[in-house]
Amino acid sequence: MLNYYHMGDSALIIKTGNDISETSNVTVRKLLFRLGQENIRGVLDFIPSYNELMICFDPAVTRYNELVEAVISCSQNLDDIDLPEPSVVSIPVLYGGNSGPDLREVAETNDLSAEEVITIHSSPLYLVYMLGFTPGFCYLGGMDHRIVTPRRQTPRLKIEAGSVGIADKQTGIYPIDSPGGWQLIGKTPVKLFDARKSPEFLLNQGDYIKFYPIDEEEYKEILQKNEVMPL
Amino acid sequence: MPEIIIRSPGFLTTVQDSGRFGFQKYGMPVSGAMDIFSLQLANALVGNSPNDACLEVTITGPEIEFTCGGLIAVTGADMAPYKNGWSVPNNKTISVKRGDVLSFGDLITGCRSYIAFGGGISIPCVMGSRSTYMRSKTGGLEGRPLKTGDKLQIGEAVRKPVVSQIPSEWLPQYIANKEIRVVSGPEVDSFHIDSLNTFFVSEYEVTENSDRMGYRLSGSPLKTISGSADIISAGIAFGTIQVPGDGQPVILMADRPTTGGYNRIACVITVDLTLVAQMKPGDRIKFREVSQTEAAELITERSAFLKGLFNT
Repeated sequence: MLNYYHMGDSALIIKTGNDISETSNVTVRKLLFRLGQENIRGVLDFIPSYNELMICFDPAVTRYNELVEAVISCSQNLDDIDLPEPSVVSIPVLYGGNSGPDLREVAETNDLSAEEVITIHSSPLYLVYMLGFTPGFCYLGGMDHRIVTPRRQTPRLKIEAGSVGIADKQTGIYPIDSPGGWQLIGKTPVKLFDARKSPEFLLNQGDYIKFYPIDEEEYKEILQKNEVMPL
Repeated sequence: MPEIIIRSPGFLTTVQDSGRFGFQKYGMPVSGAMDIFSLQLANALVGNSPNDACLEVTITGPEIEFTCGGLIAVTGADMAPYKNGWSVPNNKTISVKRGDVLSFGDLITGCRSYIAFGGGISIPCVMGSRSTYMRSKTGGLEGRPLKTGDKLQIGEAVRKPVVSQIPSEWLPQYIANKEIRVVSGPEVDSFHIDSLNTFFVSEYEVTENSDRMGYRLSGSPLKTISGSADIISAGIAFGTIQVPGDGQPVILMADRPTTGGYNRIACVITVDLTLVAQMKPGDRIKFREVSQTEAAELITERSAFLKGLFNT
């Protein structure tokens, strides 16, 4: 069941459910897949999230009602769509030390050793429910409840790109330097966003992430490899 | 190749076009001009395409030297522009020759001016746009505001402008107390009826914490029925008004994050975004609700007017 809302005069929201679930998220992805192929007149951009797809349009070219009708006619038999096989993207992480200054706190909060936190964090396949907020930031599902840790009381003013953190029940990676209150447990040398590369973004909605621990030497090696830019 | 030299940058001057579309699904903000209408008027006055890149100037103007002749125009905020020390008008085509210097005086009305150059600013497109998004250092000139000594290449002017002055009835009046029209948002029903009345009756002040990302307002706090301000993170459009936990509304602007986790009470209609973009801290806003249909008619009317200015 899809519900339609307007956002001002230039955007249409299609809501696919009221919760964070794989079901409502898969519907968002299927809708985006279908609508992305349709080339509907006046459509400028899409913002897919957990349980919504926002369509940004040019109101001088198409009307909200016209667009709703177009979406309804495109969204017949959504269940029949086979989404492309999701990628499983391996993300190397240097856990602890200067790269993950809060690893100890996460361990202490949960009565675990640092090693146990690393094992638990790097075991699951995390689903990329959506990307948003800043370029390349992914909202991941699937973190183990044994490492749930509240945000830091005082946010840091600058967290470097690549930092891997935990905030309550979420884990994530900072794609660009930004302030933030997440508990930092490690750092990846891999870039989630690089405007000079093609594709510019490493991850897509619907992909899976698998973290794996690396040591300092491997971190430097991967970093160096990434820095060699094709002209 | 003609170029301009930035002799001083002003408070915040960046290269902006009508925005970077197609990457919001990766969390990439659209950026672009805060006041797209003024950007398009400036482009019309010099014969450019409507969405070509201009300089967006904030609060205080830059000083710019021209190494070659051509047409320029200044629109948006009135910052008292001068050519070689002589006053020149806003919203009219200005011709410059090699060695001329454009400078600005005091800010008289509004907040942001747009300077268009016939031929456009020819820097490379990044992900389909020349707009500067400073937080990730993307687009524009090295992803940053202009500084003293910067040089920008100007493209070859290919068309003569259709108009050399903007009809005054289409020029918005930038005054400090403004009624801003909005369409209700998807979570409007999450708010107390009293809070909705407050939202549409009381005035909100633009605070110092306002920038290209958004305008934080201050006024009577708004309360939700459930007591929670949070929603499952979802899409945000230009002009979306979110209400975080403190109950103070925030209008999301050009550098808005693509998604947000607070109730979306309303969205500013496109034709009034030009007014919001010209507000500065201390200015006051009163919201008035209009229907989505009325908002669509207003923007359609304005688009038809703009089309006539380009006539391609």
